[in-house]
Amino acid sequence: MFYREAGQFKTSYQDDQAIFPILQDKVAVLALVAFAYVIPFFANEYWLQAILIQFLVFALAAIGLNLLMGYAGQVSLGTGAFMAVGGYACYKLTTNIEGMNVIVAILLSGGITAAVGILFGLPSLRIKGFYLAVATLAAQFFILWLFNKVGWFVNDNPSGTVTAPPREVFGVLVSGAQATPEARYWTCLTFLVIFAWIATNLVRGRIGRSWMAIRDMDIAAEIIGIRPLRTKLTAFAISSFYCGVAGALMVFCWLGSVETEAFDLFNVSFPVLFMIIIGGLGSIGGSILGAAFIVLMPIFLVNFPPMIGIDIATDFQKHIEEIIFGALIIFFLIVEPEGFARLWQILREKLRTWPFPY
Amino acid sequence: MPEGHTAQHRQVGDVIMKVEDVSLSFGGVRALDNVSFDVREHEILAIIGPNGAGKSSMLNCINGFYHPQEGSIYYKGNRRDTAKTFEAAEEGIARTFQNIALFKGMSTLDNIMTGRNLKMKKHLFWQALYFGPALKEEMEHRAKAEEVIDFLEIEAIRKTPVGRLPYGLQKRVELGRALAAEPDLLLLDEPMAGMNYEEKEDMVRYILDVNDEFGTTIILIEHDMSVVMDISDRVIVLDYGKKLAEGTPDEVKGNQDVIDAYLGVSHD
Ligand SMILES: Nc1ncnc2c1ncn2[C@@H]1O[C@H](COP(=O)(O)OP(=O)(O)OP(=O)(O)O)[C@@H](O)[C@H]1O
Ligand SMILES: [Mg+2]
Repeated sequence: MFYREAGQFKTSYQDDQAIFPILQDKVAVLALVAFAYVIPFFANEYWLQAILIQFLVFALAAIGLNLLMGYAGQVSLGTGAFMAVGGYACYKLTTNIEGMNVIVAILLSGGITAAVGILFGLPSLRIKGFYLAVATLAAQFFILWLFNKVGWFVNDNPSGTVTAPPREVFGVLVSGAQATPEARYWTCLTFLVIFAWIATNLVRGRIGRSWMAIRDMDIAAEIIGIRPLRTKLTAFAISSFYCGVAGALMVFCWLGSVETEAFDLFNVSFPVLFMIIIGGLGSIGGSILGAAFIVLMPIFLVNFPPMIGIDIATDFQKHIEEIIFGALIIFFLIVEPEGFARLWQILREKLRTWPFPY
Repeated sequence: MPEGHTAQHRQVGDVIMKVEDVSLSFGGVRALDNVSFDVREHEILAIIGPNGAGKSSMLNCINGFYHPQEGSIYYKGNRRDTAKTFEAAEEGIARTFQNIALFKGMSTLDNIMTGRNLKMKKHLFWQALYFGPALKEEMEHRAKAEEVIDFLEIEAIRKTPVGRLPYGLQKRVELGRALAAEPDLLLLDEPMAGMNYEEKEDMVRYILDVNDEFGTTIILIEHDMSVVMDISDRVIVLDYGKKLAEGTPDEVKGNQDVIDAYLGVSHD
């Protein structure tokens, strides 16, 4: 009833192409962002540290992978490696360059990851789909192996870990063990909000259309003048930039201290892939939704059954979790490749005409 | 079909493309065998011939999707047959496909906007902000895309994902995408195949209007003889990869080889 386009006339193409053409959507999203900013005032440390910051980091990585896979149609299993490049680059930058601002370092790490992404995106001109997935998998193993083997990457620390140094932004500590969870949460949230907005801008403009054209019909795209290699490499670069920034945040604002294992296939690449499949390929909002789902689901399974008086063993919870993820992924791949985002859209279409659909 | 179209509104001009002795083989199949012809500015040139005659292959050679083993193609003085596919678009050549090749996941509007991609220059930084110059550019091109949408009378399906459209409308959107690029040379591969009478009539009108209003040179592959005879300035007949005849619709109609090979045999 209250969710209507009626009376909201679009008087220019600009209004028509706004991110949220319907006012209610815009208000809801702004309210949600505002709410996200005040969460630290009532959430406890466990929630911030273990759940919400993790969610923010993964949401950013999921947007990155979705740009590459959902929009440009290039399959990648190298998310973990690209995040590792970001994390390790940020570590090297902050520990080796005196007085470097940590925000600048995080952005530069994204840039370095973009360069690595371009390198590993080169095969995409020749190979597609499954074979490209295998090539990116090779990147995943190679990069993590390299970080493990070459001491330079960890400043020759014998334990092989990288530890985020304490760094301040405007006099507030945002990274390292002494930084408060609130400060780290706000840092990650701000990165996510800004880069989600940028991603939305990219996909509704020229670059986004050229990605989708390559994804949907590469021959036709080329015939209207879209250069395949340049377009694919741009997608690899920007996607890797996002993953690199997420990786830097993972080390500096979430975990504080990591080994390469934190970035391996099962800890990062697959979960992020599941996030975008469940959330919706080709949807920025879906990436965030998917990240929330994958991060929250296990916590829900731990806490909910005892709440209604059911006791299940921990290892059994793990099984249930896997079954649910498996079933959902199969469901979304087969029935609704556009994921939660599409289900949400259908709901909205229904809502817009409710209660009189005709 | 609109009767009596002549070249009265536009002047057929100089030769803008030369196809010289082009041969193309796939293994043992000789898809094109020593084909030569000229294309003149502003004309509508039809390529006809039975199934498998090599018509689509000819268009594919022109826009660099196939590279002929022998012969050459010059367009506006530049060699085309060895060039890359995406360069054809940069030189002002657009096309539609026999089997629709739309971007299925995108809306009608976005499909048409991709036709304008080449003309959009603002780089990543502005794109990321969707602000200032990028926004201005986007709106200018949106206005152009809307002109195409108006022209093809597809306002109602602007926001519909093209995968959900019926066949006839998909063909129209594909023409729209090609037109959005404001091409000098438009290659149409069976734009009316599978359409009913009314849809064909509309399509003929659009093709003639494009040619009249914008002076676009058109190479058209079409099986419907009444359409071909009506709207084309010249006709080229291919059979088994060889050029069998070339001339005005009337000349071709009267050619005995053509009657034997094509008109007399398959009359669907
Ligand atoms: N990519 C390809 N690989 C192998 N053979 C091909 C290829 N493209 C075309 N051919 C062959 O070349 C010949 C000419 O094909 P083409 O598609 O150009 O014919 P056409 O005149 O467009 O026919 P139709 O009226 O059926 O569209 C056919 O024998 C076809 O099988
Ligand atoms: Mg054909």
